[in-house]
Amino acid sequence: MATYDFVFDALGLRGWCGEASTDTDAPMSMDELLAQSGGGGGGAAPAVSLWELPFPSMDALNDACAAFPQSRELTQGLERGFLNAKDAMSFVLDPLTQPLSWALESALYGILTTPWWIVIPILMAITWFVSRSWGLLAFVTLSIAGLAFIDHYDYAMQTLAIIFVCAFICVLIGVPIGIAMSRSDSFQNGAIPVLDMLQTLPPFVYLIPLIFLFSVTEPKLYGIAIILYAIVPVIRLTNLGIRMVDPHVMEAAEAFGMTRRQKLYGVQIPLALPNIMAGVNQTIMMSLAMVVIASLVSAPGLGVLVLRGIRNLELGVGLVAGLGIVILAVILDRVTKASLARINAQQKS
Amino acid sequence: MKQTRDDKRTTVEIRHLYKIFGDDPKGALAHVEAGMSKTEILKEHNHVVGLNDINVEVKDGDITVMMGLSGSGKSTLIRHLNRLIEPTAGEVVVDGDDIMAYGDEALRRLRREKMSMVFQNFALFPHRTVLENAALALAVRGVKRADYEDEARRWLDRVGLGGNADQYPSALSGGMQQRVGLARALTSNAPIMLMDEAFSALDPLIRTDMQDLLLELQAELSKTVVFISHDLDEALKLADHLVILKDGYVVQQDEPQAILMNPGDDYIIDFISDINRARVLRVRSVMRATAQPQPNVAGQVHPEDTLEKVIAISGGETGLRYAVTDDEGRQVGILEMQDLVRALVPTGASESGMRTRASA
Repeated sequence: MATYDFVFDALGLRGWCGEASTDTDAPMSMDELLAQSGGGGGGAAPAVSLWELPFPSMDALNDACAAFPQSRELTQGLERGFLNAKDAMSFVLDPLTQPLSWALESALYGILTTPWWIVIPILMAITWFVSRSWGLLAFVTLSIAGLAFIDHYDYAMQTLAIIFVCAFICVLIGVPIGIAMSRSDSFQNGAIPVLDMLQTLPPFVYLIPLIFLFSVTEPKLYGIAIILYAIVPVIRLTNLGIRMVDPHVMEAAEAFGMTRRQKLYGVQIPLALPNIMAGVNQTIMMSLAMVVIASLVSAPGLGVLVLRGIRNLELGVGLVAGLGIVILAVILDRVTKASLARINAQQKS
Repeated sequence: MKQTRDDKRTTVEIRHLYKIFGDDPKGALAHVEAGMSKTEILKEHNHVVGLNDINVEVKDGDITVMMGLSGSGKSTLIRHLNRLIEPTAGEVVVDGDDIMAYGDEALRRLRREKMSMVFQNFALFPHRTVLENAALALAVRGVKRADYEDEARRWLDRVGLGGNADQYPSALSGGMQQRVGLARALTSNAPIMLMDEAFSALDPLIRTDMQDLLLELQAELSKTVVFISHDLDEALKLADHLVILKDGYVVQQDEPQAILMNPGDDYIIDFISDINRARVLRVRSVMRATAQPQPNVAGQVHPEDTLEKVIAISGGETGLRYAVTDDEGRQVGILEMQDLVRALVPTGASESGMRTRASA
């Protein structure tokens, strides 16, 4: 006898439930296991006081009626559904995302086979080009040289290469999505919950379905995980930036007969640029956060060392790698912020 | 001989224009046409009547001033002329074409080639230089910088900003920014210029400067200007034709002098009771039109002279009589100083007018 027998009796569903539920091969619930080990075999279910009344959950109802599904059917059903759809999804997604694999592979290959005395000056040139600040240039040079000096150059460059590729793709996809959101309220209302979900879903959870879809040896596995996680800010801030463009300026653009295209490229994007750049900054920082987690699924770089530190309890390795990530984060943040500040200054001057 | 209003070509004609804001403007329109008042519509149907049966003819080469207090619908009205706002019902005819029938492309052509606009809050592009802002209309048409630069510089010089061409708008004061706005409208070379409270955000002295600049430019270019204002002095100074709006309908429209001499209703009487009549009224409005020479004429005055000027000439003597002569020296009328003094007394602010009601 179970607590909720009366529900099924009252509804006349006893026949649907089948005979007494003792001989089902459904897996036992945790309570049943406990009862079995502690209670010493069969016997009638003890009378339940009101105080101990269980919530009418799926498992509790299953006790009363064997035909009622247990809650693990839910997770199993999800899994079966995903596995059934998996082949079709891979068939579509695999070729679609193949360029991402190529981009990541060639970026990693490129940055590691090019000698350090070419890569470091290129990074310095980029820093100078976007920031025009001697102080920042010196800081970036010293930081990279420092990482190289403690033999973390390869790891750091791998991490950097992955971030460059993923952040670039985020901007490539995210800015158009943001623009589309700014133009249509209904699209915005539909997209915001998706963005919220992407942002709040624990990063590890992304990895699970991706592992089913793609082979762990493929770079696109972690590439997609990073992009999904990091694309949100650039979309949000592009949308926000364009929506915040002074309506009077837009009215003037309209009154002088600008086309939609002229308005977008001539007014909205230039005026939203500070916001878009803030989004790019956030996107880069979030890719960096994710690239560490992505080392669980074979992303190379500093994350691998962090993981090794955790797995083998090698405190020093983990700490130094962590510090390296902090240094990369500071470099990326400062450089993107400096370029943002330059854009702001240009518009104000 | 001066052209009268009827001789001039009608450039823009607004016919039976209605604008109602709300969820079901077409439904509310039926009530408005049935004669329900603005307050009733708002209370019973939760719709705001923006414009109520507006009929205005804008003549070629005139400055038509639409004036009213805030909420009178004047800014809404001017935005119908280039369809920045779509009407609920009615027509706007520009050079014989009903622009309500225009598609996107035709509408863009209208905005690019026939109409330019000056805004109350300047609405300059902050990321473009003054020169690029001034040349906006040309750039929008696809003219290359090398080709538009001369034209834009010419107009910037004309509005007195020759030296600021390469600055950004944020480096300029409000008055200078509005000069850029004016240069932007002039560079487009459009025959019709819409000015939405163009000078309202400026300091009084700068505002007077800008008004003078506009009149000067207008004497030179004879554009068709539609000017929105809430300032009666400004309206009287600029207007060839004055349209007074209240709660979305036209209270009175006429030549400004005619409105001053013959106010249509209590609202207008109250409206004009505060202005300096001596400065605004002109000799032609108070003179007795006659070509007959009269004896004892103390001097000659021009029909466009203000009464203030005549008072200064007469030294305050009220018994005098002046001959009014036009540009060619022909006598067109006689001005008795007594008539002049009488005209200075405002048409009594009515007993039932809003001011008496407000103070009661």
